[in-house]
Parts: sequence; C-alpha cells; structure tokens
Amino acid sequence: MNAIPKGKAGLWAAAAAALVILPLAWGSPYPMHIMITILIWSFAYTSWSMMGRFGLVSLGHGGFMGVGAYVTALAWNNLGLSPWLGIPLGLLCAALLALVVAWPCFRFRITGHYFALVTLALSGIVLQVIVATRGLTGGSLGYTPDRVPGGSSIIAFQFTDKSTWYLIALAVWAMGLVIWYAVQHSMMRYALEAISEDEDAAAAAGVNVTAEKLKITVISAMMTALSGALYCQYQMFVSPDSVSGIAISLQMVFAVVVGGIYVALGPTIGAVITILLGEGLRIGFGPAAVGWDNLIYGLLLVIFIIFLPQGILGSIMSVWRRNTARAAA
Amino acid sequence: MLELRNVDTGYGTFQALFGASLEVRLGEAVGVIGPNGAGKTTLMRVISGLIRPTAGQVLWEGTDLATVPAHRIVELGIAHVPEHRRLFPRMTVEDNLRMGAFMPAARPKFAQRLEFVYGLFPRMKERRNQLAGTMSGGEQQMCAIGRALMSDPRILLMDEPSAGLAPVIVQQVFELVRRIRESGLTVLIVEQNVQQVLKVVDRAYLLEAGTIRMSGTAAELSASDTIREAYLGV
Repeated sequence: MNAIPKGKAGLWAAAAAALVILPLAWGSPYPMHIMITILIWSFAYTSWSMMGRFGLVSLGHGGFMGVGAYVTALAWNNLGLSPWLGIPLGLLCAALLALVVAWPCFRFRITGHYFALVTLALSGIVLQVIVATRGLTGGSLGYTPDRVPGGSSIIAFQFTDKSTWYLIALAVWAMGLVIWYAVQHSMMRYALEAISEDEDAAAAAGVNVTAEKLKITVISAMMTALSGALYCQYQMFVSPDSVSGIAISLQMVFAVVVGGIYVALGPTIGAVITILLGEGLRIGFGPAAVGWDNLIYGLLLVIFIIFLPQGILGSIMSVWRRNTARAAA
Repeated sequence: MLELRNVDTGYGTFQALFGASLEVRLGEAVGVIGPNGAGKTTLMRVISGLIRPTAGQVLWEGTDLATVPAHRIVELGIAHVPEHRRLFPRMTVEDNLRMGAFMPAARPKFAQRLEFVYGLFPRMKERRNQLAGTMSGGEQQMCAIGRALMSDPRILLMDEPSAGLAPVIVQQVFELVRRIRESGLTVLIVEQNVQQVLKVVDRAYLLEAGTIRMSGTAAELSASDTIREAYLGV
C-alpha cells in the first residue's frame, strides 16, 4: 500500500470537514432529513455490497434489516432495554439468523442463483413473521418505539434534533467505509475473490471456503441490522414494508449495481440516486407517481447490467484510471 | 510418506475408484498413468480432501486424512496443481501466487517463496501484473505450479500438467517437472502422456477403470508389452 500523498490527504480532510460542518451550518430540516436518509441507506447498501461484491448475491438482506429494527424496538418497549444494549442484541440475532441460513448453503455448495433464491425466501419469511406476530409487532400497521418524555434521551437513543442524527448517521456511514477498506486490504479479500472465481481451486490453495464465506456473511448481516436499527430509531416508526421484505432487498441490489459494486463509494452513489429519484418523483408528480420509482428502478437495472456493469462510479473511476495511466506513460 | 490403502470412492452412486493402493516415498517422483475416465483425477482429489474415500485409507506419514478438511491438508504439506490449472483468471499472476501462500503458516515466508518461484520461472516475474486468464496455456500451467509451490509443500500433486497444451509446450512443461524434481521435492503426477511422463518419474502405476492394474519402475513399465501396445503405440 502506498502512503497517501500529502496534497491528497489534505483534500480528504477538507472533504470530511465539509461533510460535518456544511449541513449543520445550513440547518434547514428538509435537506437535513434527506441527507440523514441517504447516509443510513448508504450504510445499508454498503453492508449488502460487502458480500455482493464477492459474488454472494443475497436477495434477503431486508430480513436482516428488519431483525435489527424490530429487535431493538421490541426490547425497548417490552423489556425497557436501552437501544445501547438492544442494538447489539439485534445485531446478534441477525448474526445468528445469517449463520442458520448461510451455513447449510455454504456447507452444501449452494451458490450463484440457488443461493440468491434461498436468501429470497429468507426475506419473505422475516416479513411474514413480523406480519403474523401482530399482537407483538403491530403486524403490517407498523411499530413505534415508546417516546421518552421530552423526546430526547441518550439512554433511549432518541433525539428530536436533526443535527444530532446527522452526526450519528455520518459516523456510522464512515464506519461502514472503514470496514470496507479493512476488508479490501486483508487476506480475506484475496480469499473471497479466489472463492468467487473457483471454490475448488481456492480450497486446494488452503482457503477454508465455508468459514471465509460465513465470516463475510455475518459481517454483512450485522452491518445491515445496524442500519435497520438506526432507521427505526430515527424515523421512530417501522413497518414491515419499509425495512423488510423483498422490495427492500431488491432495492439494495438495484442501488449497489447502479452506484458501483466494486468501489467503496458505489453504494453511496446508489443511495443518492435512488433517494433523490424517489423524492423527485414524489415532489414533482405527487400521488400520481406512486410506484413509478419501482418501474424506473427495474428499467434502469436492465440498462445498467447490460451497458454499465461496473455501475456509475465504477465506470467513471476506471475511465479516470485509464486516462491517468495514459498521461503517466 | 503418502500411502493409499484399498481406497474406494465415487460421486453419488457412481464409483470411480475400486480398492486403489499406492505409495509415494520421500524424494521420489511417482507417476499414475491411464486412459480418460480411469479415475486419475479422482485419485488426486481424494488425496487433497476434495472428495472423501468411502472405504480404505489415505495415509500421510501414518495419519489418516479421511476426516481432515481440504484447507488443513494443504497445511500438512500436500499441494495440488489441479487439472486444467484452475487459476483465478481475473486475478494477477502475483495475486494468484499470493493465494498459494494463503495459509497462516505460509504468509511470513511469502516474499521468500515468491523469490523461489520467480527464480524457477522467470517468465512469471515478467508477467506478475498481468491477469492470469490472459496468458498462454503453458504460462498458465507455470503459474498453477508456482501457486502450489508457494505453500512450501513437501509433496506436489500434479494433475495432467500437459492437458490441452501444444506439443512443443508439453515438452517445456515436462522440463519444468524435471526441474522441480531436481530441487528435491517429492512429486506425484497423473498423466495421459505416458511416453513423456515415464521419462521423468522413478516409478509409475497403471490405473484402468478405477483399479491399479500394474506398477513398477519407469523402465519396467516402458518395457512392458501391455503398456507398449496400449499406450506407447509401438
């Protein structure tokens, strides 16, 4: 690894400072809300891409998001457990769920399309469980964590102030990128790339194929559950449709493919595009445009897979790299 | 060093090996020859743990490998160059070699092993940043052998290193095998190219329809009528 050149480090620091200060200085609630939503979903999409980029295409990550959100909220309302403990509990549940689903898949070499189908079922099952246990979870009507008097409390992880949420979401999003880079610069990445190309050859080279795949799946599931818990605490409301189920799972795949699956900021670009598209349609066309975003997603997905398989950011970066290489030569 | 005792194995209900027994001693080069579908690749896969024996034993220095998972078998010093090379085509040559030294015990020796492999195959050093899938067949075979050597193995299993290569490249590949032998490594090599392989091994086994039909020194087998008629065409 090369050390980052001085000028570049300064640029990064400036960008980070701008991300922290500018939105706070602006202070208007609607753009702030959009920024927070983008950051939380960016983190969720990054979590999905952790395994998606290695050919482990999950269509069930909505399930993990739902587990994170509901476990945290249920523990708070029913057991009085602070989200500071409830969130780790939700992450643990998501990790267990990931193990239960993924271990048999990996052990018995269920890969590619078949793995995607198994995970698709997972996302449907979590949705059905939430709907079926209506007495506890509120079913399809949704669920609200109990508000603390006054609205804000660190212990309850509830804040009425949008700038607090912005900083939390920014920190978690940055943490997602840090985990992405940690994997990128680890032997795990080589192992997983090798596995995605040829499982037998990877095993023959000494890679414990099942263990490596399980590790990244659990990491990805826990990160996704965290995004679900954050989303719920921020919105103070979750419904099965907003964090779980097949629609959310597919939306993750769509956003990451559009943004760029092999680059760190690809999922973030994907989140910016999907959320701005959704909001734009909502503001521009109102109720007349309900469901249009899904139509446009589907169309864009086909176009991207055929013409820009590296996604927007991925394509821009490879063109840029080619040009700088040519300039250097 | 390595011994197979009456090994049966197969895929589902199809049995591919019937009571196969063979032995490789330290420092030897041993060949397994036989026609297509005889079970040669299966024999290699059962040694490196990619499939399991249904009966019999695979012994490595006296311990049974039956329950040892594939990635642990590599750690024991058994490196496998799979049939058709099985490189990681979208990774660079050097990253492919890095994968060969993946196991924790091999990682500290990575730089040293890399130098060894580049010394053996200078071509790989020239091509280290090239994607493995874009090289010629002979170079890919070199890279596959290099990857197996990265783990500093005690025995090298080579599955049909000449498969799918042009005749002139086949010569070069056997030259590589000879060089690896001379470096003192124990080698078990499976081949259809009987004429060539008998020139580089000490002893060989003839495998037909999942059964060991014959064994002996390379000279004995080259002189045997069965082999001369069926495999050498003389």
